[in-house]
Amino acid sequence: MKATPRVEDDKKAKVPNDISSFRVWRKRLVEAANKHRSWTIVISMAIGSVLLYFWAAFPPFSFVQSQNTWISGFVNAGVFILLALGLNIVVGFAGLLDLGYAAFFAFGAYLYAFGASPFTHLHLPFLVLLLGGAAVAAVFGIALGAPTLRLRGDYLAIVTLGFGEIVPIVFLNAEKYTQGTNGIGGVDRPNIFGFVFPGIDQTAYYVLMSMVVTIVLILVYRLLDSRIGRAWAAIREDELAAAANGINTVTTKLAAFALGATTAGFAGVLNASKLTIVDPTQFLFTVSFTVLAMIVLGGMGNPLGVAVGAFILYNIQAVLLKQLNAVFDNLNVPVLQDIDFVKFQFLLFGIALVLFMMFRPEGLIPSQRRRQELHSADAESSEDLALIAPEAGEVAL
Amino acid sequence: MTAVAAPATVSTVRQRPPWAIPAIAIGLVVSYFFILTFFLGLDARTHDHASEIAVQQVANALSIGAIYALIALGYTMVYGIIELINFAHGDVFMMGAFLAVLFTGSGIGPFPGILHLSGPVTDVVPLLLYMAATLAVVMPITGLLNMTIERVFYRPFRNASRLAPLITAVGVSFILQNVALVLFGSGDRGAPQIFPIAWRIELLGASIPVLNFVILIIALGLMFVLQTFIRRTRLGRAMRATALDQQASKLMGVDVNQTIALTFLIGGALAGAAGTVWGFSFGFVRQDLGFNAGLKSFTSAVLGGIGNITGAVLGGFVIGFIENFAASLGLTRWAEFSVFVALTLVLVFRPAGILGQQVGERA
Amino acid sequence: MGDGLLLNASNVTKRFGGLVAVHDIDFTIPTGSIVSLIGPNGAGKTTFFNIIAGIYDPTAGIVEFAGRKMIARSKRAWLEPFIWFSPGFVGIIATIIASNAGASEGSIFIMAGITLVALMSTMLVGVARPPRYQRALPSIGIFKSARPNDMVGVGLGRTFQNIRLFQNMTALENVLVGMHTRLKATWLDAMFSTPRDRREEKEAAEEARGFLRLVGLRGKDGELAKNLPYGDQRRLEIARALGSKPKLLLLDEPTAGMNPRETQDMIALINRLRTELGLTVLLIEHDMKVVMEISDRVTVLDHGEKIAEGTPDVVRRDPKVIEAYLGAPAE
Repeated sequence: MKATPRVEDDKKAKVPNDISSFRVWRKRLVEAANKHRSWTIVISMAIGSVLLYFWAAFPPFSFVQSQNTWISGFVNAGVFILLALGLNIVVGFAGLLDLGYAAFFAFGAYLYAFGASPFTHLHLPFLVLLLGGAAVAAVFGIALGAPTLRLRGDYLAIVTLGFGEIVPIVFLNAEKYTQGTNGIGGVDRPNIFGFVFPGIDQTAYYVLMSMVVTIVLILVYRLLDSRIGRAWAAIREDELAAAANGINTVTTKLAAFALGATTAGFAGVLNASKLTIVDPTQFLFTVSFTVLAMIVLGGMGNPLGVAVGAFILYNIQAVLLKQLNAVFDNLNVPVLQDIDFVKFQFLLFGIALVLFMMFRPEGLIPSQRRRQELHSADAESSEDLALIAPEAGEVAL
Repeated sequence: MTAVAAPATVSTVRQRPPWAIPAIAIGLVVSYFFILTFFLGLDARTHDHASEIAVQQVANALSIGAIYALIALGYTMVYGIIELINFAHGDVFMMGAFLAVLFTGSGIGPFPGILHLSGPVTDVVPLLLYMAATLAVVMPITGLLNMTIERVFYRPFRNASRLAPLITAVGVSFILQNVALVLFGSGDRGAPQIFPIAWRIELLGASIPVLNFVILIIALGLMFVLQTFIRRTRLGRAMRATALDQQASKLMGVDVNQTIALTFLIGGALAGAAGTVWGFSFGFVRQDLGFNAGLKSFTSAVLGGIGNITGAVLGGFVIGFIENFAASLGLTRWAEFSVFVALTLVLVFRPAGILGQQVGERA
Repeated sequence: MGDGLLLNASNVTKRFGGLVAVHDIDFTIPTGSIVSLIGPNGAGKTTFFNIIAGIYDPTAGIVEFAGRKMIARSKRAWLEPFIWFSPGFVGIIATIIASNAGASEGSIFIMAGITLVALMSTMLVGVARPPRYQRALPSIGIFKSARPNDMVGVGLGRTFQNIRLFQNMTALENVLVGMHTRLKATWLDAMFSTPRDRREEKEAAEEARGFLRLVGLRGKDGELAKNLPYGDQRRLEIARALGSKPKLLLLDEPTAGMNPRETQDMIALINRLRTELGLTVLLIEHDMKVVMEISDRVTVLDHGEKIAEGTPDVVRRDPKVIEAYLGAPAE
């Protein structure tokens, strides 16, 4: 049987010089980026954050809202990015459907509220509580996972859904400890080595959030390419075969739960310190669902994808829909001006989620592996894909 | 020539005697009564009238249990046949409740009502007609709704991985909830209680609303019809066969698509019946009704043994009892918590449920 | 060839509801041998395989691996959850008693906290089932049959009848998963990219390429498993199984669907596994040529029972075996 000519050789033969050198140059850049991925992440995040910060002060963004409001929105988006990165570990890497993810968000937030508010008269250092929130969330991740991870995926989804329901209820009902519906207010703003974050200007929060997101991105990508990342992928593909190769499926899944919960812990602490109030209504199922929608739309399994998905979806929710209302009102468009898009937002998210699951389940920025899994093997596409979209975990340019 | 060795033993599965189910049911009810009386007796507030309160609470538990059982049937049938949790099922129940209220009342929000009833109907014949009419209108609609959901959202995923249809189901559930939110607004919406609460029966010293019995009768009646359908009719047999082995059923000429659609139709209709019953009884409907009741009903289905119809009914009543127990002792806020704990305990100690079979394979 | 028995199964029975798939089978595998398990379809071979591999619990009987009892019907398995929860129960009761006796809120918190920690630790151990925990259980009278990953831990590797590769992972990644139990880096090492992790990953990749070369898949590390031709997929599965450096290799119909040349290659490979890697091999096979050529010993199952056992020549002539495959001669 004659070997099929390698596609690369073909392309080199047919393409004129200047374009081919651009391609070579681009390929070399991608390879370098992948080899030194952590540096790539740091540099891109740094450049990106700085650019974003200053763009927000200029038109057309400045027409929509003030720079500080934009920055505040970016920080909130950052909270959701952290949530999405964590849920991505559970759903995207390990393939476990967790529908109660907001519970871990709550644990992080309430830990911070217990540790740094006039309610408990404790004012522990912010960084300690940041790590503490992650630790507490991880512990509860294990607590939730231990009895339930031997179950099939469907049951797991229901149990996590129940857990996500129960936790806000517990926080609501334990009034003596959590002040029930009123929540815990007056929570401290972050105090890092003596520098207390100002209340109005959001720049300090923005810098902190960028740093945390960068670190989490680096750690998450490292997990993806490691022994445990492979174990997660194996479990996702074929759990029985994974076990038959020595993978302790239970502990591996538990690790996914625990590690996924830690970013929610971070997010909870950061969010609480920004809003300065923590109450049970911040952690309802709509939050869990929104994060799920973010990772589906963004690209399940791909950290970059879900981060982008979270950012986009948050801004749609926080900015775009409000603006649509204003625009249609001002223009007096007949039917559309009567629709309150903000009220519709969750309906739109639900519809978007279902449409994506049906027609583009790999999301906007797919993880290479996921796209393979979700669409039946197409013999021709694999070679082209190898050129355009590199292995999962690599930066896609 | 020695014959080839034959298989060692024939089936040794024990058959349940026919009086087992009613016996268990009565036993459960009676034990719950005594347990409840005991605990009520402990509390100073309820000490004096413990047994009367207990009778009422048992009636309440049976009513809510019946509703959960009706919904649980839908979950268990669908899971039995395509191994998917229809997350949207609870919301179909919610829609049924809203539709029932729309039909009997004067409308919700911008939507007009049909019968414009606002309170109890005291003449028996019109009352029965109204109730029957509501059921006859709501059940087909919710059945069709459920069937459409399967056709549009679940069928494309029939052969896909486990995760994708699950996420889609969650999405559909969320969509339904928000559609209701957008159409009917948030918060409780009043529902006309057309069945007079004033009609009561004296039982063991307490006066129990007839409504409790009516709910039970409607629910048990529907369950009996379902049981007969599944056992005696050709389509019912097709459903059972498809649940046991889809491939083999196809090879035997069963139209699997149609059978699955029928399962969803029936499940949806039962959920609609549950919604209607709710609409008659509790005086309010709310768009997150389905989320809540769905979770509890699914717990019931698991408790009884997923895929098992009798199990779903049994589970529904057990969950009704558990919830009622917490509520009777004044711990309403912890009622949901106890149901969740029950679910976790079942899944840890006996995932197959009470009436389920142990699965042999494990990873 | 070898000393002693690597695998010793006695009176193994497996019942599925009313169907007896495997009935009272005694089966041994001497270390260093190549043993074949044959029989008509539905004889129970794969079921037996799955029992040895830890996928099914037997209804009766014991399987010992390297002298250690690994697989048998679970004894008092229901007791396990109680053990997990007992410290928690004790703690809860103690906390309740303390709160009723009027202890201070602080100390109740501490007691509740300790209870929670104790509860979670015991549950965690019970769920994770580390080897030490598993060895301690029998001394309490609890026996839980080994799970598939436990069997890999003591030196068992297997392939599947209908290839179960990780289709969307590359060949190299598949073998790396096979090496999972031998890699020591934890997720912590991975996250912080410690020198140990980086070194281990590099060495592992090299070793994985070695396994690929061994089975004849040199240079195909980057290929997705699902894109490999059928014969290569079978070989990849073997390479993956070799990754855990097993003592006993279970091959389920390794030459199914292969043409004569590929079959010859597979036979050569299996022989090399014994001579170069010192493996003991158990085969399920339908291709009699392979069975006769390669096996030290052949066992024949029919309808879940052992009907013949011995060297290939002996078994070939056994009338019961002939009848099982070809049917009784017409009277």
